[in-house]
Amino acid sequence: MSNSGTHNSVGLVSPCRARFETAFQLANGSVLAEHELVYETYGELNAAGDNAVLICHALSGTHHAAGFYPGDDERPGWWDLAIGPGKPIDTRRLFVVCSNNIGGCDGSTGPNTLNPETGKPWGAKFPQPQVQDWVRSQKLLAEYLGISRWAAVIGGSLGGMQALQWAIDYPEWVEHCVALAAAPKLTAQNIAFNEIARHAILSDPDWCDGDYLSRDTLPSRGVALARMVGHLTYMSADGMSDRFGRELREGSFTPEAESEWVFQVESYLRHQGTRFSTQFDANTYVLMTRALDLFDLAVSDDGDLKAALDKAHADFLVLSFSSDWRFPPHRSIEIRDALMAAGKPVTYANIETDNGHDGFLLPNKTYEALLTQWMQRVGPA
Amino acid sequence: MNRLDLNTVLGWVPQGSKVLDLGCGDGAFLKRLCEERGAIGVGVDIDPDNLVSAVSKGLDVIQEDINEGLNCFTPYRFDVVILTHALQELTHPHLALERMVHIGEEAIVSFPNFGHWRCRTHLGLTGHMPVSKAMPRSWYDTPNIHFCTVKDFEALCSDLRIDIIERATVAGAAQKWLGKWWPNLFASSAVYRIRRSAR
Repeated sequence: MSNSGTHNSVGLVSPCRARFETAFQLANGSVLAEHELVYETYGELNAAGDNAVLICHALSGTHHAAGFYPGDDERPGWWDLAIGPGKPIDTRRLFVVCSNNIGGCDGSTGPNTLNPETGKPWGAKFPQPQVQDWVRSQKLLAEYLGISRWAAVIGGSLGGMQALQWAIDYPEWVEHCVALAAAPKLTAQNIAFNEIARHAILSDPDWCDGDYLSRDTLPSRGVALARMVGHLTYMSADGMSDRFGRELREGSFTPEAESEWVFQVESYLRHQGTRFSTQFDANTYVLMTRALDLFDLAVSDDGDLKAALDKAHADFLVLSFSSDWRFPPHRSIEIRDALMAAGKPVTYANIETDNGHDGFLLPNKTYEALLTQWMQRVGPA
Repeated sequence: MNRLDLNTVLGWVPQGSKVLDLGCGDGAFLKRLCEERGAIGVGVDIDPDNLVSAVSKGLDVIQEDINEGLNCFTPYRFDVVILTHALQELTHPHLALERMVHIGEEAIVSFPNFGHWRCRTHLGLTGHMPVSKAMPRSWYDTPNIHFCTVKDFEALCSDLRIDIIERATVAGAAQKWLGKWWPNLFASSAVYRIRRSAR
């Protein structure tokens, strides 16, 4: 099922834009007088409206989940592996929606869009959204699209947490819920890694208190470093050994050699960091990591996860990835056990892989087979 | 393997029960329970291919090692907890049995009877551990690490304060009646309905 090129692909896609002109109040009390969401859709919404599936993106994700943009047939959407005709989330049968979260940097209202009050980019003044806010804004988008219920809400990592939030905030809206490599809330270690990323950005001299766009500069060194740290936590030690080992890209191990040494792993991380720093907004990275830190599925139930999930009406698929140390299998097991204790239908598996946290984005026979088979129960028969 | 025990299990599961099938394999039997007995089933297995097969049948499955994983199931959550022909593969059969009768109102357990006359004569006459069509693996290379007899199982239930509600035996056609009266000698498999003792 994993493929390259346009085979089994949704093909060329283009983003759409929805504008909401009524005030949108965030959980922290601040108000967006108006806002926009960019999104993509794949497949067709059927007449009964019972085949709509929502994909929630992860920390650095976008609305471009599948297919290709004209002129860029190298890199398909971030979850092209799973979305397309004949793929686990089969667009021949399902109508797939993926939107860029509020506070994102790919077109939805966020720090890099203009603040209507000042006519300048929001920058660091953009209000801090939380996962519940994203869920509520996606509900507005659903209504805008004429959808009154999701056959499934699906996501990995932060997206998985958002899918779970959907299931408890709007139980009657969510028929099936898929949470991949997720957690019910972050640990101290998770928050610490996010803080290192934020600190890298905030200590870049080009950060300018978040006002870098008005000053025509970018804290790209800080963002690159934040991405390098983040990316490291998405891979497993074994996966990195297999992929890079101690291979040198430049230089030599011979004692007499006088050269700069660049290990393959260094080169890879630098490349990832640099590429990301030109594509991703620093303020968005700060906001998104904060939203992750603040996320707690059971916050309004005194920390009782079972009580929180008890509100859901969905059937659940929970998958963890064996070498994921960002949100390790036992975090998914917490979700699974709370769901079972609440008497909710749940399927759980721990996918054996060296791909670490990124496992939910990468090819794996068991993972793809399980997702494919489980998705058969989603949407009209 | 002769799985006549499954028909007995099927008959013992009340209509509409909430069922936990430990070691559900490809889910074929759990699927039968759902279709023929209206059961609301959850399967447990450790093998990824089995999980995929079970999920493809529309079942909910949990990937867990029965040797470690039964604590995740809340007490009294199920009407019936089933363990068919897997007791002998567990690291701690007695702990699993205790847990099963705690999770479920009732448990159903089947296992091959090592007290069967063929096993006895094989060991007695050849001096070697029994190897048969149903149990083809050598002693050093078998998942079956805890064989027991009908008598052994009943003694364990008594020790664990587990009540035996009902017993059925599976025996060859010629030994059908013998299996009923002398199960420890003539039953090739035994099936038990058990529950935690009210004592």
